[in-house]
Parts: sequence; C-alpha cells; structure tokens
Amino acid sequence: MAEAVNDLDCRDISKNFAAFKAVRDVTFSVPPGTFFSILGPSGCGKTTLLRMIAGFLEPTSGDLLIKGRSMLDVPPNKRPVSMVFQHLALFPMMNVGANIGFGLRRRGVAKAEIAKRVEAVLERVGLPGAGPRGVDELSGGQKQRVAIARCMVLEPDVLLLDEPLGALDLKLREHMKIELKQLQWEFNTTFVYITHDQSEALVMSDQIAVMNHGVFEQVGTARDLYYNPETAFVAGFVGESNRFAGKVEEAGGGTLKVRTPSGLPLMGTAAAGSLAVGDAVDVFVRPEAVRLSPTSEGVAGQPNVSSGLVDSVLFNGANSRVLIRDAATGGEIDVALPQTGEFHSLKRDDPIHIGWDTAQTLCFAAAGEGS
Amino acid sequence: MNASGKRLTLILLMAPLLIWLVALIVIPHMEILYVSLREKVGVREYEFGFANYMVFFNEPLYWNTFMRTAVMSILATALTLLIGFPVSYYIAKLTRGRSKTILFLLCLIPFWVSELVRTYGWMILLRESGLVSGFLQYIGLASEPIEFLYNDAAIMVGLVYTSMLFMVVPLVTTLDSLDDSMIEAAYDLGGGGVSVWREIVIPHAMPGIVSGCIIVFMLSLGNYLTPILLGGKDSLWFTGLIYSQFITRFNWELGAAFGMLLLVLSSTIVWAGLKLSGQTLTRTVGR
Repeated sequence: MAEAVNDLDCRDISKNFAAFKAVRDVTFSVPPGTFFSILGPSGCGKTTLLRMIAGFLEPTSGDLLIKGRSMLDVPPNKRPVSMVFQHLALFPMMNVGANIGFGLRRRGVAKAEIAKRVEAVLERVGLPGAGPRGVDELSGGQKQRVAIARCMVLEPDVLLLDEPLGALDLKLREHMKIELKQLQWEFNTTFVYITHDQSEALVMSDQIAVMNHGVFEQVGTARDLYYNPETAFVAGFVGESNRFAGKVEEAGGGTLKVRTPSGLPLMGTAAAGSLAVGDAVDVFVRPEAVRLSPTSEGVAGQPNVSSGLVDSVLFNGANSRVLIRDAATGGEIDVALPQTGEFHSLKRDDPIHIGWDTAQTLCFAAAGEGS
Repeated sequence: MNASGKRLTLILLMAPLLIWLVALIVIPHMEILYVSLREKVGVREYEFGFANYMVFFNEPLYWNTFMRTAVMSILATALTLLIGFPVSYYIAKLTRGRSKTILFLLCLIPFWVSELVRTYGWMILLRESGLVSGFLQYIGLASEPIEFLYNDAAIMVGLVYTSMLFMVVPLVTTLDSLDDSMIEAAYDLGGGGVSVWREIVIPHAMPGIVSGCIIVFMLSLGNYLTPILLGGKDSLWFTGLIYSQFITRFNWELGAAFGMLLLVLSSTIVWAGLKLSGQTLTRTVGR
C-alpha cells in the first residue's frame, strides 16, 4: 500500500444502552506509534469506547479497523489489541512470569521460548529476574510495569490503557507518567490511553481527544487544546480558567467587547465561529495569562484592566494562586502568582492591579452549553 | 482493669464456647472411645481390649458397608460440585441485583422445611405409584408401574439434593470475589473458554470448592434419613449400622467402635482431599 496504514480507525462509532446514547458517531484515526489519549469527565463514554475497541462491547453502528482490517466480527481474544485494566487485573494465582507468559501459552509458543521472551520483556520494563516473584510482593509501580509487560510480550498493534494510574498515590502517579511515556517510546507501539486527569493526558500524549457526552469535542495536540480550544467545554476542562458569562456589545475587527451582568467590560476574541452583537457568550481567561502589578502603571496599555483587593493567597509552591476581589463588580478572579520574587509578601487585603491581553480572552457562544 | 480482672473477663467470654466444646464434643467422644474399648466378658463384666474393632475387620458385611458409604459419599460430593458449580457461577457472575437475590433464595427455600418432609417429597415422586411412574405410563413409555425408589440412584439423588445449598453458598461467595476484569483480561490476552476456566476461574474458586466439598462430604457420610428412606432396608449405609447396633441390638460397645471408625474415616478422607488439592484447612474453612 502506498500510504501508511493507520493502526486504529474508528468510523462513526456509536453505542446505545437502551435509550441512552453513550457514544455518538465518533470518528478518529491513530497513526502508528502514537500516544493517543481520550480525555473526559467520568460518564462521558470514554470507557465504553475503549471497551468497544477491545471487543468487550459491540458497537451499535459504525466500523472499527485495526491496521486497515475491520474488527467487528473478531472476538476480544483474537484481536491484535491488549488492554491494561484500571485495577490491572494481574492474576493473583500465578507468579509474575506465569502472568506474562499467559498469552504466549495460549498461542502455543514452546516452553523455552516463553521463558526467553518473558525474561526479555521483564528486562525492558526494568524488572529483570522478577519472574518467580508473587504478584502480591510487588509495589504499585512494579505491578503497573508487569501489567504492561504482560500485554507487550504479545506484540499487539494497539495497547489500550484504562486509567491505570488512577489507583496510585500522587507521587508515584507523577513518576509513572514519565515512565509510561518512555515505555511507549521504547516499544514504539500505539497507545490508546483514557483518563479523566488532564495532566496525565497533557504530559504523555501526542494526540488528545477531549470527549464529553459521547462525542469528541476536539482532537489535537496538548498545545492545541490548551492555547486554541475550539469549544467552551475544552476551554473549561483543559487547564484552569476564569469563566465569565456576558453579552457581546461590540463586534468588529476580530475583537469583541463583552459586558458581564455585573458590569465588567472585557475585550476578547471569538475562539470559534463568529459572534454578533447581542449574543450571549462564555468568556475564559487563564490564571497564568493575567499580569499582576502593585500599581496601575504596571498594567497600563493592557486591553483589559481592573483593580481590587487580594482576597486570599493560595500558596502551593510553583502553582500558587491569588484570588482577587474586583473593586468595581465584586467578582472574584483567579490569578497565578508569579514566582519572580516581586509578590512574595503579598497578603490579604493588599490593593492590586491586574491586566490581560485580548488574545488571551476567549469567547464562545453560550447557547447549547448546559452547565 | 487489673490483670486478674482481665483474666476473669476472658474466662467469662470463653465460657459458653468451652462448655459447648467440652460438654457436647469432647466428653461424648471420650465416652464413646472408652465404650468402644470395652470387651463384654459376662453380665456387667467388662475388660479392656480391641475385640469390638476386630469384629469390624473380620466381618465382610461391615467392611463393605463402610467402603460403600465412603465411595457413595465421595460420588455424591463430586456430583453436587458438578451441578453446583455452574449454578453458583451463574448466580455470582451472570446475574445482578434483584434476580441474584431471588435465585439465591430459590436455593434456600427447600431448606425451610424439614429434611424428613423433603425426603418424603422425593418418595412421592419416585415411588411405584408416584408421579414419575404415572407420567411415564400416561405418555406410553412404560406399560406398568415402575419402582424408582430403594436403589443406589435414589439415594444419590436424595444426597445431592440435600447437600446442594451447602455447596452453592461457599462457591457463590468465592466466585463473587473474582474480579470481572480478571476474566476479561484473560480473554483479552488470547484465552478461550476452557483455558480461562482452568487457569483463572477454578484456581480462584479452589478454597470455595474445597470447603463446599468438605461440608457436603461430611453431611453425606453422616446422613441417616435419606439413605434409609430412599434406599430402603437394603441401603447398607454405615450410619444405619451404627443405629442398629445402638438401638436394635443394644450392643453399645460395637456401635461405639463403629462411631470411632466413621470419625477416623471422614478425617482421613478430608485430609487426603486437602493434600490432593494443595489447600489447607485454615485457607478454606477459616475464611
């Protein structure tokens, strides 16, 4: 074939449970060697989608291709995909080696060959010689690696991961994020990873699909999603945002003038589609896009300026935040605390000035967005 | 609380258990052991000896009954397991919520009536003038009444029926604790139906299988009513022999010896079963 075949193609996949549409006409392709994440809140249909790819659920309509071959009539034990389960599902009645060798034994591989391949894959995940150990003797991170090794030893075309980091504590989770990415790079296999944790998706993925109510809201790289969200849901779900509701007062030249119900004027840009005067909009401003200054001169020249008092300082090291109560409207604005030394002594009730750019003020039509 | 106070609390708390164990289990067994080792040499004259046990070993009828009871009980246990396992799997894994409770209750309902009534139920079905015989004649498969009672098959049916609940309960409990994703993972890694059962489901259910088998085997071996009623007077069940020694023959010495032999037999078979399946008593019954 002339062009490279995608490892995974979903075409108009839908899944209905009685009247409930869990997944609605989802179409996407994953090229070989990609770390593809599906990010969404719980109940958005991402697990249903993953289980359809694995073969545990039958799509109501649509087609599913792996390496160009339709998988609709292929049972899960015959599909060239493997799955790492949320709670890993290592077999407690077997030792590590037997767990990893399970799939090879099913394929009728010779005993000596199994032993060789199990040891090889254990070495690749950094657990050489762990074969005879019991599953219960392993730490959380080691179990994770065994679960991945158990799948990778079968050399699947696609590895599916169902929030495998969810059960780990924070520190280990941070560590495993990097390790998972390295493993994916080393095995050079396509990973399809589902999660509700945006930082997992942002750190590891080549491509991220944001899913909500059974549809893909946007598919793109982490930067795309973060800097250029196409829908209000993506803008609100990926990263932190200050969110204002308002009405468009002036439109023209790519800049919108929006006024919030409490009277705060905002200068922003339409992120998707065109907006006309009188349209109800949701406006998103990232906390780190807001400039802080003790004086009004410091933010002069910014299209959006405001002043107020510090309501509280939420200190969290590099991720510290300041909540500022706006003097004019009484509304609260969440601002990232710059770590340049200038604001180390900032405290409650200090007067402060803020300002931010038009391009950082993203406006979306509010209609149709329920929340 | 001071040390002696703590001691007193402990003794008081342990008292019911200790009284129960000593008065109802240890003392009667000591007494039976003592009686079984008495040889009757004259009227109210006894001396110590193994004569009662020698009677058992020298009389083929006793021997055969003994072995027959053991083999039939093992068979009944195996059959109960064979029927009970799919039932338990269905209840534990393939049903949810309400229907699960209802199915479980259906297994329990027969045990709301006494064993005697249940066994009479089987007699009503299986006797010569019973429902099964009548039905076969009605549809023309039999030309005359057939007697289904008073044979080994009838005993087996009764034993399996009586024991089913005691197999299903431990099996449902262990199968319930098997994570569904474990089965899915096995399929996902290329396992087929047979290999998933052999390598995942059965090893996981092993403690339940063994504890269920122990209970069912003990119940069958010590069952008196079912073999006598369904098997008739030729049922040759070892508990029947013990009964006749004690009650019909007033030969308490021989009856006591038979009782001790039954205890040794059941302990030996359970021990062998545990050894064969690689399980321990603490892992299975102690769960």
